[in-house]
Amino acid sequence: MTTKFDDMLPHLSRRKALIYLAVGAASTALPPMFSLGEAFGAADATPGMRKGQMVIGFSQEPTVFNPHLPHIEVDEGIHFSIFDPLFAINDKGEFTPSLAKEVPTVANGGISADGLQFHIRLRDGVKWHDGKPFTAEDVKFTLELLVDPNFRSWRKTGHELVRDINVISPTEISWRMDKPFAPYPAILASTFIVPQHILGPVKDRNSAPFNNAPIGTGPFKWQQRVPGDHIELVANTDYFTGGPGLARVVYKYIPDLNVMYTQFASGDIDVVGLQWISADHYDDANKLPGKVVDVSSSSTIENFAFNLGRPQFQELEVRQAIYYAIDKQTIIDSLYYGLPKPTETYMPPGSAWFNPNLPQHEYNPDKAKALLDKAGWKPGPDGIRQKNGVRLAFTNSTTAGNHLREQMQQFLQQSFQDIGIEMKIANLPPAVMWGEYWMMSKFDTVIVGMSFLTGADPDTSDYLRSTSIPAKGGAGQNTFQYQSKAVDDLLTKGSTLFVPEERKAVYNQIQEIVRRDMPFLPLFPFANVRGHKQGATNVIPNVNVRIDSWNVGTWYWA
Amino acid sequence: MLGFLLRRLSQSVILLFLVSLIGFAALTLAPGGPLSQYALTPGMSQQALDRLAEQMGLNRPLPVQYWDWLTHLLRGDWGRSYRDGQPVLTVIFSHVPATLLLMVTSTLLAVSIGAWVGVKSAVKRYSLFDDVATMASMIALSIPTFWFGLVAIYIFALKLQWFPAGNMYTVGDGSFTDVLHHLVLPVMVLTFVDVAVWSRYMRSATLETINQDFVKTARAKGLSPRRVLLRHVVGNALLPMIALAGMQLPMILGGALVAETVFTWPGMGRLFLDSLGYSDYPVVMGLLIFSAIMVLIGNLAADVITAMVDPRIRPA
Repeated sequence: MTTKFDDMLPHLSRRKALIYLAVGAASTALPPMFSLGEAFGAADATPGMRKGQMVIGFSQEPTVFNPHLPHIEVDEGIHFSIFDPLFAINDKGEFTPSLAKEVPTVANGGISADGLQFHIRLRDGVKWHDGKPFTAEDVKFTLELLVDPNFRSWRKTGHELVRDINVISPTEISWRMDKPFAPYPAILASTFIVPQHILGPVKDRNSAPFNNAPIGTGPFKWQQRVPGDHIELVANTDYFTGGPGLARVVYKYIPDLNVMYTQFASGDIDVVGLQWISADHYDDANKLPGKVVDVSSSSTIENFAFNLGRPQFQELEVRQAIYYAIDKQTIIDSLYYGLPKPTETYMPPGSAWFNPNLPQHEYNPDKAKALLDKAGWKPGPDGIRQKNGVRLAFTNSTTAGNHLREQMQQFLQQSFQDIGIEMKIANLPPAVMWGEYWMMSKFDTVIVGMSFLTGADPDTSDYLRSTSIPAKGGAGQNTFQYQSKAVDDLLTKGSTLFVPEERKAVYNQIQEIVRRDMPFLPLFPFANVRGHKQGATNVIPNVNVRIDSWNVGTWYWA
Repeated sequence: MLGFLLRRLSQSVILLFLVSLIGFAALTLAPGGPLSQYALTPGMSQQALDRLAEQMGLNRPLPVQYWDWLTHLLRGDWGRSYRDGQPVLTVIFSHVPATLLLMVTSTLLAVSIGAWVGVKSAVKRYSLFDDVATMASMIALSIPTFWFGLVAIYIFALKLQWFPAGNMYTVGDGSFTDVLHHLVLPVMVLTFVDVAVWSRYMRSATLETINQDFVKTARAKGLSPRRVLLRHVVGNALLPMIALAGMQLPMILGGALVAETVFTWPGMGRLFLDSLGYSDYPVVMGLLIFSAIMVLIGNLAADVITAMVDPRIRPA
């Protein structure tokens, strides 16, 4: 209740409202002079000068501002603006120092060769937004908070292994890991440090006032939130890089994608963030004057996933035949406006760990039929193949209401029908689909967009390890019920290697095996159509993070 | 009168209890739940989800959860939103002003224009005015608000650039003229549809009254048509409108879901939709109770006012 508008409300009598409305109608003759963003956009600015503001549109509303409480990806847009991790990850997949003076590696002694000792030197002279100094105690507090049983911690993976945290000096901290865990640096790169002096004394940190008025060390400071509408942040002029290039950023919540595009076209928002421009607007968007529009691959891969617990899918030949029967390019061209590029792996193409040398998929229904014939799947009286009493029939599920996917399903249904496979469509509302139905492997097949990576690390144990099957009591999300000794061993090996080049070979090999075994069929990574006003500089995609504003501290108007 | 009020109040309490019970059951028995939105998060595991469910008390039996919610409510504690951790009443009331502004403006406009159109249509039945009004109402009622809103944005915001494409105000401005400028398009869309509704009601109410004996008597007495219309017809035709207006109160506070989405208006309708989407049980339950109370108050007020202005109706 802090906007000027709210103060005005009680005085608005009915009669006045009517009169004002008439005045409003009369004001139609005025040119649109209310577009602040445009005015600022025209202003000259260089980094460090902090000129103007940018309005970033998100189609979901950020509501969780404590980065360690359960949240969705859009909330991270705010976290990246207000907080800093020890070190961050850039669009090339490299770690860059933030609160740490340098990124710890085996080479510089920050991480011991066995991966068990971490030693981190912190940047000197960093201040929290309230002016209090940032010290190693804050780092210790954050790492402890993450495993506090009374705290609704978002993520404990990796942090659970931290032991003997030792604050050597205000700018130096070390700890021991219970066992080597190579993904930990990548996890740290998305672990934002929170202030001990604010959260420490609070009894119930799940409902601390801090959670709705966060204080960080980051490039922007909390200003205000108008629920259901927007969040306003202002420049942290004391920021250790010298401060952001903008005086203010506004995260505007626009729930409908058509409306978001319209507001981008009309200039009300400067940057189209999360959920971006829908593909059907791509051609129009390209013709907008004064706007920059580009397509980038996301880390989310669209997959046709099998439940390997089902008798139909026991044989590799069946999965191969289904892959042969999928006409990826036609799906991409006719449903997705030709924007996504086909892929062969779960690893995002933009990632440093992507294996480009995997066998290319081929659409070939004849090969599919031949494979099935050879494997003994013969057409039954109803035209559907069967073998040993098992019909080659299954259901396919995805989120109900996703029209593009529903059309893809119909297309696939027809393609499979042609080679004697029956696929029934059984879609469910999102809350049902991704609840127990998905987690406990109660589906036959699913079309699902998945991000297999946690942050930027190539470790995918949660999805591929045989002990990560929830339906079999495992902790993880291997809902395909994929079991491979070779992959298990490689995952174990990869998670104990701390030299990037050595790890790369391991993860290339895992991608080869998964491509061969086909627990799921990767179709294409989502193509995000991004847009921003001309002059908005450094608004670049980063496949290693989940949100557009990962580097908002460096944005400025050119 | 007092007995009538007391009786109504006690009925209301039972009704509220039933609303909350049914609402809670429908909400919590639906598959999914507040944690399902996290399932596809990279690195999320069933164990972590179970731990969060435990911490949030979501794994307790439903009757226990309901009892917990109810006893807290009776003590004035509406709970906290799962999404932003704010008290439910704070969340609700932060969305009320936006909705009030939008809905009060459009409802007042719609009622006044609608009443005028309705009366005029009834008096000049089957005239050109009546035909045009009927046609326009049918069109307004048939067009989905969503589409109409987008067309209005396309014409007035994108092509003519007279009005902003949405939002309640320009961030950083929020001055009076700025809000007004943003208010025009959504109010126009909402009013257009509402006028259609109100004018149809008013037309049939007027037609009903106009053929009654007392109107004929008034005319026979030699009163001028204008005086008959204003004193005898409109006054009586407005009576059923009071009950309708009573039902309008929860609508006003409930917000216009579609218009709020199209025009990115941060009101109650959007809050309800979002809270439902994220299974934010405390807020959805709070909104249910809130709107149930509004329905009861609206109807009660309508009954009381009707009884006061219509001497024929007196509660026993």
